Amino acid sequence: MRNIHNNTLNIVSLNHWYGHGEMRRHVLQSVSMEISPGEVVLLTGPSGCGKTTLLTLIGALRKVQDGDLKVFGKQLFGASRKTRQNLRKNIGMIFQGHNLLRCLTAEQNVQMGADLLNGFSYKARRAQSREWLRAVGLEDHLSKLPHDLSGGQKQRVAIARALAARPKLLLADEPTSALDSSTGREIVDLLKKLALEQSCSVLMVTHDPRILDVADRLLRMEDGQILPSV
Amino acid sequence: MELNNFFKKRKIPLAWLLLTRQPLRIMVAIAGIAFAGILMFMQLGFRDGLFDASVTVHKLFDADLVLISPRSKSSISMSGFPRRRLIQAMAHRDVVGTTAVNWNFLLWRNPENLSTRSILALGFEPSKPLLIDSDFERKAKTLKNKGRVLFDDLSRDEFGPISSWFQSGRLVETEVAGKRVRVSGIVSLGPSFGADGNLITSSETYLELSPGNPKGSIEIGLVRLKKESDIEKVVRSLNLSLPSDVKVLSLKSFIDFEKNYWKSSTSIGFIFTLGAAMGFIVGCVIVYQILYSDVSDHLPEYATLMAMGYNLRSLLGVVAREGLILSIMGYIPAYVSGQALYSLVRSSTKLPVEMSFTRASIIFCLILFMCMGSALAAMKKLADADPAEIF
Repeated sequence: MRNIHNNTLNIVSLNHWYGHGEMRRHVLQSVSMEISPGEVVLLTGPSGCGKTTLLTLIGALRKVQDGDLKVFGKQLFGASRKTRQNLRKNIGMIFQGHNLLRCLTAEQNVQMGADLLNGFSYKARRAQSREWLRAVGLEDHLSKLPHDLSGGQKQRVAIARALAARPKLLLADEPTSALDSSTGREIVDLLKKLALEQSCSVLMVTHDPRILDVADRLLRMEDGQILPSV
Repeated sequence: MELNNFFKKRKIPLAWLLLTRQPLRIMVAIAGIAFAGILMFMQLGFRDGLFDASVTVHKLFDADLVLISPRSKSSISMSGFPRRRLIQAMAHRDVVGTTAVNWNFLLWRNPENLSTRSILALGFEPSKPLLIDSDFERKAKTLKNKGRVLFDDLSRDEFGPISSWFQSGRLVETEVAGKRVRVSGIVSLGPSFGADGNLITSSETYLELSPGNPKGSIEIGLVRLKKESDIEKVVRSLNLSLPSDVKVLSLKSFIDFEKNYWKSSTSIGFIFTLGAAMGFIVGCVIVYQILYSDVSDHLPEYATLMAMGYNLRSLLGVVAREGLILSIMGYIPAYVSGQALYSLVRSSTKLPVEMSFTRASIIFCLILFMCMGSALAAMKKLADADPAEIF
């Protein structure tokens, strides 16, 4: 057994409910899982099975109601708002939509991620942002606004932005859903390659059967429970 | 070093970019703030200008102390007191000179179209000092002849083109209170609230123009003191020694006395302050609307930033900086238009409306307060940015 304290993510019997009283729904039922550093894990399952809820809990965007949830060894159950806020700086997020800032250029969007790093000068952060855009193949589109970029290009900017903050864990929620299949494939490969170079773990929620092979491990979820692996 | 450090630490100027990438919105915001600022500049400018105008003549008096009747309420209702009081005041060892001044409104006939209009007439002994203007003594000498007056060239145009006629060498004669007078010189005093124009004449001519004036009665007594004397002390001792039919004021409190009348006994102060307050409120509403809709439109983006690890405080800072930028960008056009409108008002009404540093900074503070207050109110909307909702 590996030392669990070094794990990127450790979840033991995590429960979560939505609503109150009669309307209360048990969306996560005693979920347990772990991710080790540098591991790429895919999470699939029908919609409404609790994948996104799990992702927001791991991303420290929601309060943990019950159970053990440790990210980089830090307990999130009962964690203060400030702890969660600080933790988020080490977690990169890529959304279903690209969620870029409309008023910023591609380069500036990536720099919003790089600006979260302490101890680098403005120039250095700017240089890093350009470097990331080059890594995702957008060196010719530095000063374009999001609405001048195609869907795949926007998602590349989003990847660059997430990685620019040098996260140790990357959460991606259906990053390919708005893209055609070949672009989706490219994006996922790129994501995996860059994450591994940074020894960053990846947890990706997806419906897309064509990209399942990038995973080191595949988790299936149904009705708020993680199914035993087949 | 500090600056260098700041330069290194600086980040993407998000507030600036949010505003400038929406040119229409920022134009509306700037127009709104500038409009509010102009309104405040005009209203407060008029108010202060009118108060200053009420003492244009007062400020020019060559005096340290002023004697008035305790029944006098303002320059438009001056009561008389015995001229003897000035001679009694001479007995004080600090007093070096006095001037008796008659002060009343008389009817002036416009020599061009023969219409009449009320003008403020000052009568004094031409051998004595009256105004601090250095050239005044020479002009005052011309008053030693009977029936001569000095006309104020800043008087409103309705009194006739007196100074241009006079300067072109023409003999300017007209009627005051039904008696023939000749303009023997031009002075610059300025109209006030109560008086649309001014003329200065000798006591002798003055009494002829207003024969109803009781003999030996004057409206204002100017008192000059030795240079080193303590003005407040002399005011106290003269007030004690002189009978109660006269009141002794320092020149400054005489000026305040007049301003105070217009401030407290008329609705001018209230009306213009209310006007400025309206401008302020309109500005608040506009800035709040702009910032609120800006925050609402960008809510998913703010939520994304929160999910990335930006804390709420840094996002509140973005909204605050938007307010700051708007206040500065709105103030500049307001200031420039204020200057332009002031000079327009000066040339068309001859009121002394000036851009004072105090007013300019007060209005900047009001605009800043307006923008920051609205930003603060708009920040409440930021609480709706829930990063958990964007997945």
